[in-house]
Amino acid sequence: MTLLLDVQNLVVEFGPVRNPVRVVNGISFTVQAGESVGIVGESGSGKSMTALSILRLVNEPPARVSGKVLFQGRDLMQIPKRDMPAVRGKEIGMIFQEPMSSLNPVMTIGDQIDEAIFLHEDLSKAARRQRVIDLLRLVGMPDPENRLSAYPDQFSGGMRQRVMAAMAMACNPKLLIADEPTTALDVTIQAQVLAMMLDIRTRLNSAILLITHDLGVVAEICDRVVVMYAGHIMEDAGVHELFANARHPYTQGLLKSVPTLNDTRKRLHQIPGTVPPAGTIKQGCPFRPRCPMRMDRCAVEMPPLVAHGPAHRAACWATQPEGVA
Amino acid sequence: MTVLMTIDGLTKSFADTSMRLGPKRPPVRAVDGVSFHIMQGEVLAVVGESGCGKSTLGRLLLRLIEPTSGTVTFEGQNMSVMAPEQVRQMRQRMQMVFQDPFGSLSPRRTIANIIAEPMDTFGLSGTGKARREKVAALLQMVGLPSIYMDRKPRQFSGGQRQRIGIARAISVDPTFIVADEPVSALDVSIQAQIINLMQDLQQDKGFSFLFIAHDLAVVRHIADRVAVMYLGRIVEIGTKGQVYNAPHHPYTEALLSAAPHPEPGRRETRIILQGDVPSPSNVPSGCAFRTRCPLAQDICAREQPALREVAPGLNTACHFAAAHPITRHRAQA
Amino acid sequence: MTMTTDLPQDLAEREAIAPEPGYWDPVRHVLLDRWSTRIAFVVVILFILAAAFAPWLAPYDPLRQSIVSINKLPSWDHWLGTDQFGRDVMSRMIHGSRNSLIFGLLAPIFAAFFGTILGVTAGYFGGWADRVISRVIDLLMAFPELLLAILIAAALGGSFWNIVVVLTVAFTPGFARVARASTLAVKQEPYVEAAIAAGVRTPLIIFRHIVPNIMAPIVVLMTLWSASSIRIEATLSFLGIGTQPPNPSWGNIIRDGLTNMFATQWPIVAGGMAITIVVLAISIIGDSVRDVLDPENAQ
Repeated sequence: MTLLLDVQNLVVEFGPVRNPVRVVNGISFTVQAGESVGIVGESGSGKSMTALSILRLVNEPPARVSGKVLFQGRDLMQIPKRDMPAVRGKEIGMIFQEPMSSLNPVMTIGDQIDEAIFLHEDLSKAARRQRVIDLLRLVGMPDPENRLSAYPDQFSGGMRQRVMAAMAMACNPKLLIADEPTTALDVTIQAQVLAMMLDIRTRLNSAILLITHDLGVVAEICDRVVVMYAGHIMEDAGVHELFANARHPYTQGLLKSVPTLNDTRKRLHQIPGTVPPAGTIKQGCPFRPRCPMRMDRCAVEMPPLVAHGPAHRAACWATQPEGVA
Repeated sequence: MTVLMTIDGLTKSFADTSMRLGPKRPPVRAVDGVSFHIMQGEVLAVVGESGCGKSTLGRLLLRLIEPTSGTVTFEGQNMSVMAPEQVRQMRQRMQMVFQDPFGSLSPRRTIANIIAEPMDTFGLSGTGKARREKVAALLQMVGLPSIYMDRKPRQFSGGQRQRIGIARAISVDPTFIVADEPVSALDVSIQAQIINLMQDLQQDKGFSFLFIAHDLAVVRHIADRVAVMYLGRIVEIGTKGQVYNAPHHPYTEALLSAAPHPEPGRRETRIILQGDVPSPSNVPSGCAFRTRCPLAQDICAREQPALREVAPGLNTACHFAAAHPITRHRAQA
Repeated sequence: MTMTTDLPQDLAEREAIAPEPGYWDPVRHVLLDRWSTRIAFVVVILFILAAAFAPWLAPYDPLRQSIVSINKLPSWDHWLGTDQFGRDVMSRMIHGSRNSLIFGLLAPIFAAFFGTILGVTAGYFGGWADRVISRVIDLLMAFPELLLAILIAAALGGSFWNIVVVLTVAFTPGFARVARASTLAVKQEPYVEAAIAAGVRTPLIIFRHIVPNIMAPIVVLMTLWSASSIRIEATLSFLGIGTQPPNPSWGNIIRDGLTNMFATQWPIVAGGMAITIVVLAISIIGDSVRDVLDPENAQ
């Protein structure tokens, strides 16, 4: 496996320099080529900010972003801002939650996908047209030849998300970043879009970085999961390992509190308390007020991410293995 | 158990009232001839995708919107023929919990005033200290500290606001509560708190509960019976055990199968429906589901299937409900 | 029932964060943040103080004529000189500010009151009430307010209350339109449906849940139209159908000055400057308040 994306000590903060609100708090994680990684978190966890920072789409100011984002060994934080559009779209594709607001309502979808190719590749008009049709077929658009001249509002939410995916895949990117791609969709349409993403992945072997709040979606399409809470990575493990053997009390609580279809418990497990707004807990572990295993140390010091086995990290004083102090 | 509410042939169509030039769009049949009943002390979950008419149905039952036709009989009284003031008086016994915890609390009023509003309306709140004590008791019931009753809603998180909305609904001791997707706007770790709270309150107070959701997993713990809606019609209604373990309608099966399951490695077993939900202003003839149904035959385009009892405690609207083999085996509950 | 949540502690934690902006916070913000607005604010307050304490501030009786001191240029005795009747222009200006500012504030307040009633009625109840009110609003809006004011003042005469009524009628449609649009928006808010579902009576829904939430745009409109109101009163007085002589208002000070322009220019200059400064100041305040409340400009 080759390392595709290596995020090191990423910090996103707002507000005064002396007393900043840290939305993303020095996180580090990697994505291998062809791997599908999910970042799971609730509101205020910093998961979307992380995705936007990788693409350098965070407005600076008011935000301040620091750290390293090594994409194929090149630090995206160091390249001039005007060169970013060449990276976005060509090497990293994006899908957002709201397909309608990400599509231009007065341009046909054929032209919009064509533009994505035109900007990055030197192809003849006929070749681009063929590519657009191929892309629409790839994302499962029925009858693509006749849909080229349609406008976004002629499509349903699920179909728009397919158009977005076609645009994202226009230049065969090595990494596809999808921010809550199925959240706005109905269950049966969500299943279609997830199947499409899996299909794209197997055919083009792109890596996927999926931002979501939905553990079910993660279980469907991810190889590895990064669990975020209040700007910190709490746990990072392979998907089977995480669901079977979560080491962080937050992950454990979250897994138990999700309602499932074949669940025979009378009551749902609940994590007490409230999700803290981004950046409000400045000292110690942000999960401490809700944690059943909290200790005195948790109030003072944020636990580091330590290895709990091969490719499994968790940040918790209470559950960390002996001898890693 | 006695019947609390009987719904018969309830229909709501929204006409195109826009001032646009050109031909009017055909009316949208949001709810199309729905009949069922709700027992006293029962939790009935209504599940369906967006546009299936589930929220409209909830509002029709409370007569927050006027039905186009059909009747709703509540505690033996026909609500459909009541004058507005009579309907208003009924609201003491039927309340609602809303989807949007941020929008459904008046931003400029205090928590105490918000919670006491239904009691004030029906002269149940008393004055001064008595009123504050009642509010404090309600706050405690929903797990919020009463010292915050003079705050404004904006100081509370989504889950806390939803608790406030629930306190408001139970304040007048209603016999029936409609909850319109009460947890869909909340964080995952908060959803379980709110579902448990509503389950506890329901068991405590014994009110009947219509719980609207877009996802079958959410209502698994709280429902006694489940109704599945598609394009304004109930396609299947039955006890929880029947609907989850032995659904006879292909749409219910697809919904169960489509829900992403937090358990890796179940990818293979999925039924993926083709195509989109048709527009409610242009519902397919016959069975509305036939355009996406893997079992559809000619008869489905010609005849609209009626809800029929296909198993004890399960009514299904499908021509092939009895014949169709359950293709999948689910874990027994 | 068991609740194991430690919410108090948690809420305490929430307290530590900066509170979300309150309803009026943006207004406060804008009034204090821009230096131009701050100066405008000071100017308006000075003028209001001058009007309020006119009898104590004015050095002379504004109506007292003096044959010995006509058309004087500014001096220590008469800061702005005297007019053709020997009246002190400074005193007339200070007393005149009363008429001008009272019009400036009174007519918009009345118009806001009636406009809100009409707009909320139309917006909340819809149907025929909406159709009737909206058509009347459109009709009045189609008429330039100055022309309407001139017509009514000419027909009924230019007494103080006539002009207030005229300006109120002229301004009401604008408020009604804003109130109607805001009501339509607020009516869609889930908390209004929640109140209906709770069984709250309609009048209470309107007063508790609608009116408090549409006040911000109404207040903005009031500031904007105070400026118009002062201008229109001046225009009417200038045309001789506003405040009637010998009572001073900035408009008829200019009018008197005009007939005497070649003897002394000071009344015209003083009246014109006062109107310009006040209208400008109020407009600046109104603009910045509007900027803050306009979601397009929100930061």
